[in-house]
Amino acid sequence: MRLEKRAERSPTMALASPFIALGLTVITAAIIFALRGINPLNGLYVYFIEPLTALWSVEQLLVKASPLILIGAGLAVAYRANVWNIGAEGQLTAGAIMAGMIPVMLPNWQSPLTLLLMLLFGAIGGMAWGSISAFLKNRFNANEILTSLMLVYVVQLLLDWLVRGPWRDPKGFNFPKSITFTDWQLLPYITSGIHLGVVIALVMALVLGFVMTRTLKGFEITVSGLSPRAARFSGFSQQRTVMFCFLLSGGLAGLAGAIEISSVVGQLQPQISPGYGFAAIIVAFLGRLNPVGAILAGLLLALSYIGGEAVQTALQVPEKITRVIQGVLLFYVLACDTLINYRISGLSAATQVRV
Amino acid sequence: MKKFLMTAAATALMLGAVSASASAEALKACWVYVGPIGDFGWSYQHHNGLEAVKKEFGDKVETAYAESVAEADSEKTIERFAREGCKIIFTTSFGYMEPTLKVAAKFPDVKFEHATGYKTADNVTTYNAKFHEGRYVIGQIAAKMSKTGIAGYIVSFPIPEVVAGINAFMLGAQSVNPDFKVKIVWANTWFDPAKEADAAKVLLSQGADITVQHTDSAAPLQTAEAAGAFGFGQASDQIKFAPKAQLTAIVDNWAPYYIRRVGDVLNGTWKSQQSWDGMAEGTVSMAPYTNMPEDVAKMAMETAAAIKAGTLDPFKGPVTKQDGTVVDKVDAGMILGMNWYVKGVDDTLPQ
Amino acid sequence: MELLLTLLTIIMTAATPLLLAALGETITERAGVLNLGVEGMMVMGAVAGFGGAYLTGNPWAGIPFAILAGMAMALLFAFLTMTLLANQVATGLALTLLGLGLSALIGERLVGQPGIKLPLFLGIDPLIPFSFLLTGLVSWFLFRTKAGLVVRAVGNNHASAHALGYSVILVRYLCILFGGACAGLAGGYLSLVYTPQWVENMTAGRGWIALALVVFASWLPLRVLAGAYLFGTISILSFVLQAMGLGIPSQLLSSLPYLGTILALVVISGNKALTRRNTPASLGQAFVPDR
Repeated sequence: MRLEKRAERSPTMALASPFIALGLTVITAAIIFALRGINPLNGLYVYFIEPLTALWSVEQLLVKASPLILIGAGLAVAYRANVWNIGAEGQLTAGAIMAGMIPVMLPNWQSPLTLLLMLLFGAIGGMAWGSISAFLKNRFNANEILTSLMLVYVVQLLLDWLVRGPWRDPKGFNFPKSITFTDWQLLPYITSGIHLGVVIALVMALVLGFVMTRTLKGFEITVSGLSPRAARFSGFSQQRTVMFCFLLSGGLAGLAGAIEISSVVGQLQPQISPGYGFAAIIVAFLGRLNPVGAILAGLLLALSYIGGEAVQTALQVPEKITRVIQGVLLFYVLACDTLINYRISGLSAATQVRV
Repeated sequence: MKKFLMTAAATALMLGAVSASASAEALKACWVYVGPIGDFGWSYQHHNGLEAVKKEFGDKVETAYAESVAEADSEKTIERFAREGCKIIFTTSFGYMEPTLKVAAKFPDVKFEHATGYKTADNVTTYNAKFHEGRYVIGQIAAKMSKTGIAGYIVSFPIPEVVAGINAFMLGAQSVNPDFKVKIVWANTWFDPAKEADAAKVLLSQGADITVQHTDSAAPLQTAEAAGAFGFGQASDQIKFAPKAQLTAIVDNWAPYYIRRVGDVLNGTWKSQQSWDGMAEGTVSMAPYTNMPEDVAKMAMETAAAIKAGTLDPFKGPVTKQDGTVVDKVDAGMILGMNWYVKGVDDTLPQ
Repeated sequence: MELLLTLLTIIMTAATPLLLAALGETITERAGVLNLGVEGMMVMGAVAGFGGAYLTGNPWAGIPFAILAGMAMALLFAFLTMTLLANQVATGLALTLLGLGLSALIGERLVGQPGIKLPLFLGIDPLIPFSFLLTGLVSWFLFRTKAGLVVRAVGNNHASAHALGYSVILVRYLCILFGGACAGLAGGYLSLVYTPQWVENMTAGRGWIALALVVFASWLPLRVLAGAYLFGTISILSFVLQAMGLGIPSQLLSSLPYLGTILALVVISGNKALTRRNTPASLGQAFVPDR
């Protein structure tokens, strides 16, 4: 088997590859279910189809996808410029802390401004935390993969200290949680299951998509990633790009954090995110580093989480299997994406191995 | 003819009645775990409770569970269970409190039981176990068995249950040796065997010769065994991991509670309440006493029996706090929200 | 003095899995491949090592199982990224997911089984001196052998290396497999020596720390050693400070290893020339031999 680069991207494959991947995953999942003694058809239905059949489930899907989309879109932009922000989870947490500060410090301030300020502070918190990595890279040449990752642990410990100490709910029987947010400290719901955060995420992703394709800044980012030298010759400052990317992706992650605590979580507690910041990295790549692609990728990843949960509760499939299926799904998607840019040639038996 | 019709009618009615009761659906009882059932600790023991319910009620009950459910993500899992027909849902971690209440408000016909929480509603009960009773017993054993008079306590996070455990341990130890000391290390994780082992090793190097833990793996015990020290198991009987080192373990046994509550739903007597079972109800029990001389085992058994019978209360006042003030009576509320140390503990709690 | 020796032993035990995994990843990244799946390979090594020891009753048997498990996962990664040209970052993350789930599945029946610790050799865990030896070997290999030079060339400029006639894909395959072997061994160390048992996710994020250490060390094996020990020392010290009851918040102490690593990185990275010299320029880029 040999891979030959296509003359140009194949648009048919670009559309077809996710479906081929899904198909392969379905077959593998069926085998896994069968080995486990579960009716494969039933398992597949519950995993992939059923979550899309009930309105409640679709709402859950959108709610689960929105932080993935929001953060993933930002990361897509950063990764395009080869700015490797791995610490989105930390920036999310920092945003949550900043946003949560308002209801904790001013518990009785209830006005639309409260919510607005919370979201704003969330973005600022994420930007501030992300800017640390950017600063260390620009000033000291410290690799951002390491700094952003290490800072995740640091800010999580900070949140832990805050909710166990100074920001603990005085009426909370000394449990590590802040007061529960109410009224204008919470995001309004559009339908019974979907809150405003979903809309924010989708809008942001589309805006970023626009910025990347139609503005000078987007061009700057793309060029910086493809050819740093060309970027330098054009007057695009590498340092400014790094800072911009961290502020953008960090800010969006922080916004996602603010959204989480003002909706699903409803307070500050030691764990406010089941790893969205890390999952969003996958979303960014699945979306081919395109903010609009991140929407679809986020939905797909969210489906894999929701479906995994459904088979756990309805069919008693252990959670470990759902993780395996998720990993397999990703593998297939990644493998099939290759077919967009490369063609399989020489599938005959007498193919030499070309290295 | 008339007689035939009557008999036929009677038979039909009877058959109808029989089939109606036979088609009465099994009660669905569901559990939400914060960790994997393979943790051999907290979630593992809750799952054992589930299995006991299955065994006890057979066909009358259908069970389901979800493991490793992140607290920030739990609302939709709980709601999913409610939508799938669960009639009683047990959420086994305090971080599930708000999500449980939110879902309970939407499903008034479903019963919810939240472990280690403190907010109830018409269809939400909280339940807890008096683990501190077991801590008192092991405190006494530790004081008897320790040659250095120092125990190393490996803990995860400062929540009231953990703090109450430390205090009960100290009170038990002080009842045997008033100068007993405890060194505390917060691992800041519920589950990382290697880190727990590190904490245990450090504590043993600092003069402790007994390990006590409130983290989930058997790593501290293994460390104790390797170092020739003694230790206590947590949540499950961990003697297999440390045959020479384990003195006893505090075993969480949720089966009696779960069987009772599911039974209550089955015969319609379920009520919202705040349950707090302990040794008396069998929820907290001690693993067999091993690796200790006869007289220590005897003392431990007597203490446990006294607690079980209600004649001995680990937190019987007056109790002197770390800051010197004296508390005359320690009531349930204080224990459930405990945020202070007794005198003799060298550690500071976040305020 | 005795206390110092005891603490040193504890530190060495803590640093060794990080060191082993990071050394493997150093070779992988030197060849230009960014494999973020270290955590997945490590946890598979842990379950395989424990399983092997459990089934045969001999802890030494666990070591080859652990290494092979890591290599198997690495092979999957290599196939996807080298042959199918999939994106390396995403594939590595998928590998981690798969590894965590698969290991939990395989280890289902091993939970609650006490393990047999690898016997001490002259009073210390044999893998500790081995890790030092490996550091030296990797360093010698990279900088004193022709094969090491090829690896570095491939990592720096795969097009030129290819033009010179070197088989880029083969070199990368081998380096990825070596990385997998080391990660698997590191995982085996956890379940055979550190805490002889198996529980899900027992690596608890150490694979990510190892990845960070490779970057911290500017891809230099001796610096990897320093980084692993720096991290291990600060982690253990934070426990010692807690045990001393000084009243410092435990969260602050727990964050010290991470802050310390960042600080050390800042100090080291000041020398831009060194960093530039050692950074594999082709890191993360797919190689396709054009006709």
